[in-house]
Amino acid sequence: MLNNITLGQYFPVDSPVHRLDPRTKILLTVALMVAIFVCKGFAGFGAIFLFILLCVRLAKLKLRFVLRGIKPIAVIVLLTFVLNLFLQSGGRVLWHWWIITITVDGLRTAVFMAIRLLMLVMGTQLLTLTTSPIALTDGLESLFKPLSKIGFPAHELAMMMSIALRFIPTLIDETNKITQAQKARGADFESGNLIRRAKAMLPLLVPLFVSAFRRADELAMAMEARCYRGGSGRTKMKPLKYKKRDLCAVGAYLAVLGAVLVLNIFKIGVL
Amino acid sequence: MHEAISARNLSYHYEGADKNAVDSVNIEIARGEFVAILGRNGSGKSTLGKLFNGLYLASQGEVFVSGTQITDENSAYEARKHCGMVFQDPDNQMVATIVEEDVAFGCENLGVAPDEIKRRVQKALETVGMSEYALSAPHMLSGGQKQRAAIAGVLAMQPDIIVFDESTSMLDPSGRRDIFSLAQRLNERGVTIVWITHFMEEAALCQRLYVMDGGRVALQGTPREVFSDAEAVQKLGLDVPDMTALARQLKQNGIDVRSDIITIDEMEVELCRLA
Repeated sequence: MLNNITLGQYFPVDSPVHRLDPRTKILLTVALMVAIFVCKGFAGFGAIFLFILLCVRLAKLKLRFVLRGIKPIAVIVLLTFVLNLFLQSGGRVLWHWWIITITVDGLRTAVFMAIRLLMLVMGTQLLTLTTSPIALTDGLESLFKPLSKIGFPAHELAMMMSIALRFIPTLIDETNKITQAQKARGADFESGNLIRRAKAMLPLLVPLFVSAFRRADELAMAMEARCYRGGSGRTKMKPLKYKKRDLCAVGAYLAVLGAVLVLNIFKIGVL
Repeated sequence: MHEAISARNLSYHYEGADKNAVDSVNIEIARGEFVAILGRNGSGKSTLGKLFNGLYLASQGEVFVSGTQITDENSAYEARKHCGMVFQDPDNQMVATIVEEDVAFGCENLGVAPDEIKRRVQKALETVGMSEYALSAPHMLSGGQKQRAAIAGVLAMQPDIIVFDESTSMLDPSGRRDIFSLAQRLNERGVTIVWITHFMEEAALCQRLYVMDGGRVALQGTPREVFSDAEAVQKLGLDVPDMTALARQLKQNGIDVRSDIITIDEMEVELCRLA
């Protein structure tokens, strides 16, 4: 189980989208969210959805993966839908019962908000599905670097993230070992109510924490032994470089944004 | 031409401890040597190793590494460029999620140019025989492979000296032999090796030994010299190599073998001579 652990939901294949600079992908994801919020009508959403579909296609992903990410937020989408449906008023009344009134505007807003949320999730999914955690960290470090002038610890945060990623499998491995060791001595992690089970976790957590601190200590020493002195003066084996394909991606995005804006201005498919 | 490592009257005191962990130690290690530092737990051998690359700063006395005296953080940094270190737990010395990136870590810290880093990483991985694992995740590797990757990380920094701090103690016997012979190969290429260990079989194959006890150098010399006085070695809580022990027992039982035998090969030759 531990040997094939995948961190996050990164789907490792080689595709033009995977090869994009992580910074481009991060920035475009933010930009796509902006476009989704700017968009005022269903036609605009259509354009954005086509863009997402194109990315999915180019990234050799299955639409299934992107849709899977919707599941956890289904409740939120449903709640937004229902609230908007009942609370928004105006327009022709479609249905009325006791204090509940559903109007045309209400229905429209409800559907619109639900689609907006779904689009947001699908858009951000694209980033995590096509960018490995390590590339994501590199990208974030590079993007936040200008802020380090005003004291933002960009390098430190990136280093912490990558060390965390590095040690997650190690610590999971260790947790399993300790669990087995405690079970061999008669510890019972499965039976009893929630509180009992939480208590049973204690003999697992204490050694795990002790070992994590010991590891941190040794790692710090090993890093120091390899001349680590923080971010200044460091170089990278694979520095991030923008390529032509990044320009293409930005171009494609701008086309979509343009379409959304035009549709907005001419009120095509707008509420 | 200065020595690779030289320590004069070197002492180190852990805060709150009632005595020195390393106590007025004098050591000279020449360039290109393969020296073992032996000792039981708590004898100060690991502390000594950490004084050699400035992870600890001497409380008293002086230590020179490749001609640089380590006195403060800056000189320690200079020393670390020359003196790499491979630690005991292979898991706790890998920083990156990909082997290749981890090997590059030291070079990146030194500010080496990207193309040069790529070249060095490739070469280092070749040297330790890990080229095919360049893109693997560390947790997918065996202990020996992780240790080889860690050595590649040190090699990529092109040090003159590598200190192995009990680097084989968490490995299985085949991994242990593997890492030791890798160290020997590096030594043949001119890298000075300081091999900290409590395995006698490994120490027996080094050029020179320092046996530590209670923070002091208790015995020193070639393996033959040190192990020929088996009683002195055992008094320090250490075993002599199996073959040396066997030779002693044979001798006690009236069979006239040499007492300075350390390896199986030597024993074979000696027994054939008698037969």
